Amino acid sequence: MDALRRTLLKGAGATGAIAAAMAAGVLKPSQVLAAEWNRAAFDAKDVAGALKGLGGAGAADNTGIVIKAPDIAENGAVVPVDVSSSIPNTLFLAVLVDKNPLPLSAAFDFANGALPELALRLKLGQTSLVEVVAKTADGKFYRAKKEVKVTVGGCGG
Amino acid sequence: MADPMKIRAQMKGDTAEVRVLMSHAMETGQRKDNAGATVPAHFIQSITVDVGGKRVIQGQTGTAVSRNPVFGFKVKGAKAGDKVVINWVDNKGDKRTDETTIAA
Repeated sequence: MDALRRTLLKGAGATGAIAAAMAAGVLKPSQVLAAEWNRAAFDAKDVAGALKGLGGAGAADNTGIVIKAPDIAENGAVVPVDVSSSIPNTLFLAVLVDKNPLPLSAAFDFANGALPELALRLKLGQTSLVEVVAKTADGKFYRAKKEVKVTVGGCGG
Repeated sequence: MADPMKIRAQMKGDTAEVRVLMSHAMETGQRKDNAGATVPAHFIQSITVDVGGKRVIQGQTGTAVSRNPVFGFKVKGAKAGDKVVINWVDNKGDKRTDETTIAA
């Protein structure tokens, strides 16, 4: 009976610890279920700032990241971009547009069989480098870039 | 409430290819209207994709994603008939969830 009481107390203590951690803001429910929008990275005005916000300031160039985008985009408002990574255990891809007022465009986490591939359409204000940052399971960051020339910008009126 | 998404999910070998078209203005907050006033930013911030009850993709997007965003994903190990649930939330708190099943 004593043993049972002990187990119960232990169980209660553990649940209490989680509740306390949540209350203290250490473990926000939103972080447990869904990552919060990374304001620091998305509001960064340049690529370096955005990389810092993502935690990947020291990203190394890697040719395993493939960026498929037109060399010349006639309409900067809709530029189809396909990115993929053949680096083993890539769990995260972010797409940045160097010359846009806010470079970070998209940051995606992949899990449960999702391949590190992403097709999307971006706005490019002007001719710019499109940069892709990949993060692997061991927390290392890699990057690659490709220039896209724009004849009509996608920002402004 | 925003218009429904168009989702297409199809098996190709052992990989499901998912494409989704979302209906959204994706205002950047940089544009000015005819009167010269800045149009406030209004854009999708968060996207999640669940396949067969498992979260496979969790994405965050900024203002540089084009109007009426299209995204393409590939999910290995999914099966025909698995349910695909896609959800987005924008910076004003609007949200939308739509689902489909993977075609063979």
